[in-house]
Amino acid sequence: MSLRTPPLGEAHAAAEAKLTEFGGWEMPVEFDSITVEHEAVRESAGKFDVSHMGEIELSGPDSTELMNRLTTNDVSALDPGDAQYSAITDEDGDIIDDTVVYRLPEADDAAFLFIPNAGHDEDAHDRWVEHREEWGLDATVENATTEYGMIALQGPDALSLLGELCEAPEDISRFTVAHRDVAGVDCLVARTGYTGEDGVELLFDADDSEAVWSALECQPCGLGARDTLRLEAGFLLSGQDFHIEDNPRNPYEADIGFVVDLDTEFVGREALAAAAESGVEEKLVGFRLQERGIARHGYDLAVDGEVVGTVSSGTMSPTLGDAIGLGYVPTEYADPGTELDVLVRGREKRAEVEELPFYGR
Amino acid sequence: MSFDVPDDCRYLESHEWVRRDGDTAHIGITDFAQDELGDVVFVELPEVGESVEKDAEFGVIESIKAVSDLYAPVSGDVVSVNEDLFDAPELVNEDPFGDGWMLEVDLDDESELEALLSPAEYDDQIA
Repeated sequence: MSLRTPPLGEAHAAAEAKLTEFGGWEMPVEFDSITVEHEAVRESAGKFDVSHMGEIELSGPDSTELMNRLTTNDVSALDPGDAQYSAITDEDGDIIDDTVVYRLPEADDAAFLFIPNAGHDEDAHDRWVEHREEWGLDATVENATTEYGMIALQGPDALSLLGELCEAPEDISRFTVAHRDVAGVDCLVARTGYTGEDGVELLFDADDSEAVWSALECQPCGLGARDTLRLEAGFLLSGQDFHIEDNPRNPYEADIGFVVDLDTEFVGREALAAAAESGVEEKLVGFRLQERGIARHGYDLAVDGEVVGTVSSGTMSPTLGDAIGLGYVPTEYADPGTELDVLVRGREKRAEVEELPFYGR
Repeated sequence: MSFDVPDDCRYLESHEWVRRDGDTAHIGITDFAQDELGDVVFVELPEVGESVEKDAEFGVIESIKAVSDLYAPVSGDVVSVNEDLFDAPELVNEDPFGDGWMLEVDLDDESELEALLSPAEYDDQIA
């Protein structure tokens, strides 16, 4: 299977970015160095090509009901211009993908836009269409992933930088979305992100990608820095911190129970109501290593020499200067301050459970 | 992009270098290798007194994005280890053929050096 390339593929090649395969896409992993890019976002601003993220649009009278029945959060609570973090679960309540749902501004043709993770767009589209048919709902579902370009601009200086290119981006409050003309391109400007910093995500016609990218004069960042930034901020990575086949987890286990609204009807609700009632046996925790070594996805977590859990993500945190990670452990070991051992190539490295996020503003 | 390939070293296909200094030799990874890895954040090395064997693993290097084994270009007893790398692994990125060296070994068999890639051969490999 050939890899999907983003509209900015040629620009990234010209910049001599290192590329990697991610979710079926060939994306930049590193422009300069992960540390340099990471620090730019923490201290000033950085831009990320995130065109590998999916875009699914819904329109028609039953859009709200269809969205509500396929995501765990309450979509009907959204006003036009609101954004909402949510999960797509199966009948068992396990997370198929996490997503951000945008209730689009009134003037837009579509009612909703939601953002599945890279490589999940086709499955999400099919799932929405199948359930629309099954439930006899009147809604149009379009996979617009290739029509959209998407760039994240993140960091403490992101808004002021954007303010030089468009009108009053600061009027767009956190977790809302509005239209702005950025460098002559009509953009949906969403005050959302995946770095733990203030910033925006811009969505626009894919053909205008170069114009938007080049207008944003700041450090270009790849998926490497995106991963270290999101991990410090305690955000989950779909397919790694949960995976419907390899590591099925419900939102309570994944520590995103806040996206579940049991007062709405959705696929997986019954299972999640039962899980909320009985509590979960294992839970995602953050941990920090207390000695030299780096935890990686798939490493074991042990207590008193006995394996009790697994690392789902781990890295060296550029901001903290310590190795950090996320992993699943029985709830009895989930309290901050609990001592765990990470098994790094068979050797125990002391770690301590820490409240998430590791970094926040 | 061009990478340093010093003339006074010999090379292993897996991107380690060895530089002879009398009876001992220093070992490290190449400029090309450090660039491929990106930000080096952890190095695991043998202790003084242990021995390394040509083409066998002698340690592990980790960057933010990858974990890689290190292979010995020559056999010998480890006489010193660059302990600066434990607190400053970024030295491997900054100066791979100098301050970023890893081991000094007492050479078992000098002829092992001749079987390694010459600078020109290694340069061809990474071109």
